[in-house]
Amino acid sequence: MGDAIAEAFRLIAVGDAALWEIVSLSLRVSLTAVALACLLGLPLGALLAIARFPGRSVLIVATNSLMGLPPVLAGLLVYLLLSRAGPLGPLELLYTPTAMIIAQTVLVTPIIVALSRQVIADMHQEYDEQLRSMGITTTGAVLTLLYDARLSLLTVALAGFGRAAAEVGAVMMVGGNINHVTRVMTTTIALETSKGNLAIAVGLGLVLMLIALTVNGALMALRGTQGVARHV
Amino acid sequence: MIGRALLVLGLALLAPLAVADERFIVVQSTTSTDNSGLYEWLLPQFTAESGIGVRVVAVGTGQALRNARNGDGDVLIVHARAAEEAFVAEGHGVKRHDLMVNDFVIVGPRADPAGLLESGGVNDALKRIAEASVIFVSRGDDSGTHKKELALWRAAGLDPASGDGGWYRESGSGMGATLNIAIGMDAHTLTDRATWVSFGNKGDHLVLVEGDTALQNPYGVILVNPETHPGVRARDGQIFIDWLLSPKGQAAISGFRVYGQQLFFPNARRTN
Amino acid sequence: MSETIATSDRRALAPTLGPARGPDSVLPVAMDGVGYTVDGTTLLEDVSLRIRPGRLTAIMGANGAGKTLCLRLIQGLLHPTAGTLSHASGPVSLAGRRRIATVFQRPVLLRRSVAANLRHALKIYGVPRVERAAMLSDLLDLAGLRALAHRSARVLSSGEQQRLSIVRALAADPDLLLLDEPTANLDPYATRMIETLIRQAEARGATVVLVTHDVGQARRLADDVIFLNRGRVTEQTPAGTFFDRPQTAEAAAYLAGRLLL
Repeated sequence: MGDAIAEAFRLIAVGDAALWEIVSLSLRVSLTAVALACLLGLPLGALLAIARFPGRSVLIVATNSLMGLPPVLAGLLVYLLLSRAGPLGPLELLYTPTAMIIAQTVLVTPIIVALSRQVIADMHQEYDEQLRSMGITTTGAVLTLLYDARLSLLTVALAGFGRAAAEVGAVMMVGGNINHVTRVMTTTIALETSKGNLAIAVGLGLVLMLIALTVNGALMALRGTQGVARHV
Repeated sequence: MIGRALLVLGLALLAPLAVADERFIVVQSTTSTDNSGLYEWLLPQFTAESGIGVRVVAVGTGQALRNARNGDGDVLIVHARAAEEAFVAEGHGVKRHDLMVNDFVIVGPRADPAGLLESGGVNDALKRIAEASVIFVSRGDDSGTHKKELALWRAAGLDPASGDGGWYRESGSGMGATLNIAIGMDAHTLTDRATWVSFGNKGDHLVLVEGDTALQNPYGVILVNPETHPGVRARDGQIFIDWLLSPKGQAAISGFRVYGQQLFFPNARRTN
Repeated sequence: MSETIATSDRRALAPTLGPARGPDSVLPVAMDGVGYTVDGTTLLEDVSLRIRPGRLTAIMGANGAGKTLCLRLIQGLLHPTAGTLSHASGPVSLAGRRRIATVFQRPVLLRRSVAANLRHALKIYGVPRVERAAMLSDLLDLAGLRALAHRSARVLSSGEQQRLSIVRALAADPDLLLLDEPTANLDPYATRMIETLIRQAEARGATVVLVTHDVGQARRLADDVIFLNRGRVTEQTPAGTFFDRPQTAEAAAYLAGRLLL
């Protein structure tokens, strides 16, 4: 463990170009996936929270269950879709960062939908009568609730980011862990472990934790400035 | 309306990540060649000469063959001769070429509880493992190494996989993970020499069985068939294969060293 | 802010202010034989009442008498299970409902600044973009909240929150403003500011329906009084008549401060 910590510090201190390449690709892939998952998942979560339509409870159960979707399975499904033998094969997306973003979006979207639905349903209970008395449209209500729940939804997005940044199975399968192209933190950790370079693997793990800590800290700081009395 | 806005935003986010229009091929490869660092040595030489980038997807031989069967990859470098020939016979590959060989070894704890150091060849060694019921970790993942291991047990007239499983354990994992397990459990396992020599977590383990001709590990290279899989970058793939099989490529393979040790021995036959 | 306008002064002004609304006005609003039953429990029964333009109607009665329910029905948040509700002597319409605004007893303010709450309302109420800035400024002044415009609405005092809620409702430029106990739990100073604001709402052409428990407030503000007892209207009279000569024992008891059981 001492070796691993020393390795982590060495990796950061040296500012090793290969490390930064991997870190920046990890962040780019996972943050883009979370952004896409939010674009898809927040309106859907809000709609599930406030609209009543046939099949709604089925959708809720489905998204809640999909939160437990194994990354490897998500990876496999996206692989089958993007493979040259698959329906989207001609797009040549397999083994690219785009494929990794798609796989992580598939993984993260159910988390965003399920958690945001809960957050927005609670707020909707409070806002419903007021908004209805104002004659608001469903779209207007969705936008109002999304905006007012923004601080809680930030935590929802963080949960999604945690899932995306930590998973290895999906990005390994659709990215292929190709050096300089699709190698990210988690696949590098898996690779170094398989090479028996355990200190480097744990060191990279610590760097990954540090990144997660930084992202969380940054968002919490943002939350702090939003949480106090002043807004515009 | 919102849906369309989201779609546009989504595409805008994805666009900058689309792969640049550079020249490259995708190689589906076994892990042993990648983990040992061979590609980091070979590929820059090839790319500098040809201008073609090589993207290596390193997985077990079984998965590499399956991926290539879907057309995902342009060139295949694996080590399971019978499966490779079947792959070509089914029309997925153009032709199999001998590329290089190295060898398998059995590693185990320094204490050598089954007396493998005194064994006469790999058949005898496997019988000793079975008799002593010392723990043996199998890849169990349909990789080239796994196929080889099963063939060795068969040749020794043993069928450990059908036994009660007390001492024979399948990891279902890659070579590196399996080595980590074997070292953690003080167990034995079959590994290719390249992975073992470059492995960073050897613990107290040693090579206990080596040198038997039955432990030869030949690697083949195959161009994925563009007639079966139209997306295959056949021209650049063939350029890569030609280079590997050329005197220059073969010399580059010979020149690869880990801790001063040569791990791969070129054996291409120039047939045309 | 001016002192509360004396009742007599306002009445003198009333003819010029009252029904000066356009032909699309939602008033008069009427209930005829309205009942409301939920899960077998009858909460309102055979309620008939009229809200006439330019006259402030106070709805009084004990807790559970059905006062708030009446407001919800008028706003169109609930639908009568018996009888009819009419807008402008015709059927209830979406356009009519948009001419009515409600301030609930516990108003829900958005988790945003004071100004952002008003901007949101102006947008929802369909005020053209170019007019919003001027209206925002006007409403902030009306509520006396200009200095707090950028403060989070949720950290305001109860009185400030109530004032914000009222001007937010006025952002709809409603024909009919429904207020549900706007001064419950407020001190006399805050109460007086709210009452001033109610007068200003009327001056802008809104007809006000006020649910209140405060007999003094009803005396100060109301033109007409509707007294509800256990889901039924027991009195609907001009305020003077109600306070001077209550027609029913329940109303007399209520005014005398006795408990109705």
